[in-house]
Amino acid sequence: MSYNFTVSPDFKPDLISGWFVFNTWLQKQLDSNIHLELHNSFKELSNAIDKQTVDLVYSNPHDISRLVRDEGFLPVAKPKSKPDEAIIATSAESNVNSIEDLSSAISIAQTDAPDVNTIGMIMLEPADLAKDELQFIDCATYVVIAKHLISGDAEVGFFLAEAFNELSGLVQKQLKPLISSKIHMIHHALLVGPKMHDMIEPIQKLLLNMHQEEKGRKILSDLDIADWEIMDYEEAEFMIDLMDTLVT
Amino acid sequence: MQDMNTEDIVGDYAEHTLTFADSSTRKIYTSNEETYFPDGCLIVSRTDTKGIITHANKSFVEMSGYAIDELIGQPHYILRHPDMPPAAFKDLWDTLNRGEKWHGYVKNLRKDGGFYWVYATAIPNIRKGEVVGYTSVRRKPSLKKVKECESLYPTMF
Ligand SMILES: Cc1cc2nc3c(=O)[nH]c(=O)nc-3n(C[C@H](O)[C@H](O)[C@H](O)COP(=O)(O)O)c2cc1C
Repeated sequence: MSYNFTVSPDFKPDLISGWFVFNTWLQKQLDSNIHLELHNSFKELSNAIDKQTVDLVYSNPHDISRLVRDEGFLPVAKPKSKPDEAIIATSAESNVNSIEDLSSAISIAQTDAPDVNTIGMIMLEPADLAKDELQFIDCATYVVIAKHLISGDAEVGFFLAEAFNELSGLVQKQLKPLISSKIHMIHHALLVGPKMHDMIEPIQKLLLNMHQEEKGRKILSDLDIADWEIMDYEEAEFMIDLMDTLVT
Repeated sequence: MQDMNTEDIVGDYAEHTLTFADSSTRKIYTSNEETYFPDGCLIVSRTDTKGIITHANKSFVEMSGYAIDELIGQPHYILRHPDMPPAAFKDLWDTLNRGEKWHGYVKNLRKDGGFYWVYATAIPNIRKGEVVGYTSVRRKPSLKKVKECESLYPTMF
């Protein structure tokens, strides 16, 4: 039997090789055939889920709802202390200093990362802008968002906090964060589909022991993950309920 | 539920007696001290099917002014402010009982007699087809909406 693994398309480009090495390591440990297929967009990933060609996925919190509630996926693990938080930023030169200063129609630069965009929209609510006052500029990466802010094409941009903090000093100096989320409860997770339900325990055991070996530690570090923690079914359901309250 | 304690109250206060849906009563004290919603945070709590608090996050604890142990096991009306019209909570419970999501602006009472406004969303927690409890998540409300509620709510009694 062979399985398909995929990673939420919002991973950083420099983590690609890390995920391939992780996949090779996992195959060897489980003595199974696992094929890693990366998708270029959330839309492409969604199509793959529709076709039931995904068995193992490192998922964005936004997709966890559908995977668990509609597609029979179960949670396996989550990265330790790695919540997804968002930052809304503007140009350093803007005279906007808080969300409440945004008083008329604005353009928002965003990527297709659904959780970041959801949190971004929530943090924008106190500005009390109507839907038709918002225009969106779709960007391939967070660096592209930064460029739109610096050039003045967009008033605000939605960043994954981690990505904002990794922008170069030169770029960051030209930006001004208006608000940062401190939600702590929304995070990515590794989930398995129906074909792999009986492998949850062996995978959890492997992931929990990963940091005890040299090789495992290297893989974790190449994935920017400090360690794994078990994620049980109720925790996944709780996060889904939470996400559900944030989307209208 | 225990009455509020005047020793916990900060500033000038007024006394009220609330009667809850379970017919119990509580003496409370209210001041005009407003605490503003912390930027970027969400206030999260869960209850059982009867509205008894089973979970509260750090922002909930900080904003309510109670210690976590004073919240878990208590009815959610521990936060009930006398300026909130009963119709708002009737609508909340009717909506949840239909299995739907509820949104609303709520003025909550702190342990110290002060208040804080939130924009709240509550949903039923459905597990294996059954409602096992409720989750409520509050976010920062727009000032304009709070102003609207401050004029509307007094007309709803
Ligand atoms: C998940 C959940 C969250 C609630 N949050 C609040 C709250 O923040 N403040 C509040 O006054 N009532 C809240 N309520 C409603 C209370 O249960 C209660 O209905 C309300 O305080 C009015 O009291 P009464 O229904 O006994 O008259 C919540 C209920 C649920 C199910």
